[in-house]
Amino acid sequence: MNKSVCIIPTSTTNQTHKRGLKMNLSFSEEDLKFQQEVRSFIKENYPSDIKEKMDTGIPTTKEDIVTWQKILSEKGWFAINWPEEHGGTGWSVTQKFIFQNELAEANTPNIVPFGVSMCGPVIYTFGNEEQKEKFLPDIRDNNVWWCQGYSEPGSGSDLASLKTKAEKKGDKYIVNGSKTWTTLAQNADWIFCLVRTDSSGVKQQGISFLLIDMKTPGVEVQPIITIDGSHEVNSVFFDNVEVPAENLIGEEGAGWNIAKFLLAHERTGIGGIPHLKREIRRLRDITEELPLNEGFLKDDSLFMDKLNKIEIDLVSAEYTELRTLAAMSAGGHPGPESSILKIGGTDIQQSLSELFVEALGYYAHPFMSESDLLSNEKRIGPDFAATVMPHYLNYRKVSIYGGSNEVQRNVIAKAVLGL
Amino acid sequence: MDFLLSDEQKQLQDLIQQFIQKDYPFDVREKLVKSEDGFSKEFWKTFSTFGLLAMPFPEEDGGYNGGPVDIMVILEAFGTGLIVEPYIPNIVLSGNLISNLGTQDQKDAILPNLFSGDMHLAFAFAEPQSRFDLNDVTTSAEEDGDNFKINGYKSVVMNGPAADKLIVSVRTSGNQLDKSGISLFIVDRDTSGVSLRDYSNIDGSKASELTLENVVLSKDAMLGEEGNAFSSIEHVVNLATLAISAEAIGIMQKMNELTLEYTKTREQFGQALSQFQALQHRMVDCFMVHEQTKSLLLMAATKLNDQAEDAVKSISALKYQVGNAAKLIGEESIQLHGGMGVTEEMSIGHYFKRLTTIRTIFGNSDYHLKKYSSL
Ligand SMILES: Cc1cc2nc3c(=O)[nH]c(=O)nc-3n(C[C@@H](O)[C@H](O)[C@H](O)COP(=O)(O)OP(=O)(O)OC[C@H]3O[C@@H](n4cnc5c(N)ncnc54)[C@H](O)[C@@H]3O)c2cc1C
Ligand SMILES: Cc1cc2nc3c(=O)[nH]c(=O)nc-3n(C[C@H](O)[C@H](O)[C@H](O)COP(=O)(O)OP(=O)(O)OC[C@H]3O[C@@H](n4cnc5c(N)ncnc54)[C@H](O)[C@@H]3O)c2cc1C
Repeated sequence: MNKSVCIIPTSTTNQTHKRGLKMNLSFSEEDLKFQQEVRSFIKENYPSDIKEKMDTGIPTTKEDIVTWQKILSEKGWFAINWPEEHGGTGWSVTQKFIFQNELAEANTPNIVPFGVSMCGPVIYTFGNEEQKEKFLPDIRDNNVWWCQGYSEPGSGSDLASLKTKAEKKGDKYIVNGSKTWTTLAQNADWIFCLVRTDSSGVKQQGISFLLIDMKTPGVEVQPIITIDGSHEVNSVFFDNVEVPAENLIGEEGAGWNIAKFLLAHERTGIGGIPHLKREIRRLRDITEELPLNEGFLKDDSLFMDKLNKIEIDLVSAEYTELRTLAAMSAGGHPGPESSILKIGGTDIQQSLSELFVEALGYYAHPFMSESDLLSNEKRIGPDFAATVMPHYLNYRKVSIYGGSNEVQRNVIAKAVLGL
Repeated sequence: MDFLLSDEQKQLQDLIQQFIQKDYPFDVREKLVKSEDGFSKEFWKTFSTFGLLAMPFPEEDGGYNGGPVDIMVILEAFGTGLIVEPYIPNIVLSGNLISNLGTQDQKDAILPNLFSGDMHLAFAFAEPQSRFDLNDVTTSAEEDGDNFKINGYKSVVMNGPAADKLIVSVRTSGNQLDKSGISLFIVDRDTSGVSLRDYSNIDGSKASELTLENVVLSKDAMLGEEGNAFSSIEHVVNLATLAISAEAIGIMQKMNELTLEYTKTREQFGQALSQFQALQHRMVDCFMVHEQTKSLLLMAATKLNDQAEDAVKSISALKYQVGNAAKLIGEESIQLHGGMGVTEEMSIGHYFKRLTTIRTIFGNSDYHLKKYSSL
């Protein structure tokens, strides 16, 4: 059989550094011990009912996700990137890398990023002491679900043109307007928003960063159904919503800079590389099982070439991410380089999702609704088939969201190439 | 050399376009897709009155003597309106098999009803392991006195749910991949031992999984000669490949129009999206690829019409290119629509879904590249 390249060695090697090449691609004894610790923790604590859903492509519920994230919180392994004073792990870059890989290996639900990877870092970087005390523990402990209220119907790529208005009245802001594409707002307790507090100057200047409780009167969530038939995104409407002024993060008008800080954070990890490594192996396994004439799909050399090309792309993306992480741990910040990771990772996510469709041939076409998936009726075609086409369709989003790949190219042109 | 359509063909095109404009707007199509049947039996009858259902059949069978070029014209127009009514499985595949191979009795029993829109047919040719190889047949028919006993499994039978009768490819002799030894049977839906599991596809069409368990059929049910069906199967599938390629080209034309229109009206950064050169070049690429693929379509339709020696090879060239063009135009159209492109609400995503399934149906680009190389 065709083996994957060993992307990261799992054993230590005796490194002989040649000519001052100071590169070390292997794990230390300690790292390996850590890997074992993570692995056995997951094995013992990953609930079997959630695992079964993940393995068979049955949609997970809000409860499933919260349950799993709380298991990590209780272990102290949730807000892994946060400063230790707020409940972070203090792990090295290598340890974080190992941890992410083990989570993906075990096929655990993706961590919902809006609280822990987006709002949390904004609050501990820009918030005041009361805000840190009020919000951070609930994010870390998974008591509150956050969503991201940036995009508006008229403001997608041109985010700075946003119009949702927040007018200061005494110790309150009165918010009017609408947000769109808000991922999982139907589950959310709170939303962090970019709002316009001033329309007099340059569009970037009058933007502020405001936290809003979704239960406040005047907040309304409406579902948007996507082409894969799922309900993942929403419109959120604000009709004279009263928000305490203390929910403003940073200064009034500082929202754009905060947003840019956050966007850089959003982009590291957006490539989803650990998960892709697992998926590529899964597809390789599938090629050995899917019947093709008198043999199996793996006998189709054109198909296998494509699989191997994607794997090579993945290795380059992974090593690019590792380089970025290493630079960050040496004191840098995720900057425009993370745009490369976003483009690279999402390209691979999309090509791999397409290759799953190709693997199935006709059996990619039957459509099963969520209730079909939940029923015990036998699926049409191979067991894993039902989620393959929806996944391909759904993943068109990855080159659109988080700053579209065109916008990312503009960022690289401007900020990296200096054009 | 002449790439122009005849006056009749132009009229046919106009007729369908008018129908789409008047009777088949996107919201109507969406309601049909969600209905029990998944399409409109009434519109199907309308197509009969238009003469579409009898178009590609010889006069002696009650048809209008149309050929591959007429099929191309019909399906390309269907593509622009994303028409979901099952023309290819009914007419191009099954109707042609009956017309090409049927005895007079078989034709009399079926063709008038097919042309009037009263009877639906489906052709069950694929099996789970066969992928796109029409010669890979394991469903077996054993001779048993005057009868045949059929056992096997057919996958993804297009139009299975509506079909009154099914044409099934079975092996009467030889090994799994042999081209000889394949025969066809006409099977009534309610024959004992026949079970269909009906379902919807992602593109809004309907299909079935077909299980045949000790299905006993008389010799009269056989369509064509015993063991010699392969070349006829290949012939109708080639026609169907042309047809579905034409549909794809109609879809691509529409997607390009929709995207151009959208980027001209959607503004970001104080200007229409269509003003960004990065996007202009991509729309130009999509436009060019549609034109170039359309050229291959015309070539292949003409070659098939003339029964040219390299007709089959030109079909593979066409379908290979359709697969590539569909990927480019499909994915770029969604991308250029931004978030709106992935919503169920807009038609663009529905065009994308149909275009995506067409990439696979009757063989994907890899399959046809290999076939092209081998011919
Ligand atoms: C969910 C989401 C995620 C996104 N992710 C990203 C992302 O990862 N990266 C990304 O770049 N974009 C991302 N975007 C898009 C968005 O941030 C912008 O499209 C992009 O940054 C370019 O916008 P711009 O030209 O207005 O901003 P800029 O490039 O910031 O501004 C253009 C000009 O405006 C002026 N200006 C900028 N800031 C200020 C200020 N504070 N005060 C006064 N003048 C100012 C300067 O003259 C500057 O040259 C995302 C959008 C959304 C909705
Ligand atoms: C599934 C999904 C989930 C999302 N989740 C969230 C969320 O939770 N919170 C949130 O705030 N937002 C979210 N978004 C919104 C997302 O960030 C926006 O869709 C994105 O910023 C693009 O904006 P738009 O959809 O309005 O497209 P538009 O800005 O209208 O862009 C349309 C096309 O034009 C291109 N384009 C635009 N400007 C330029 C330019 N200057 N140069 C070249 N090309 C350009 C774009 O790249 C795109 O291809 C989500 C989107 C999706 C699809």
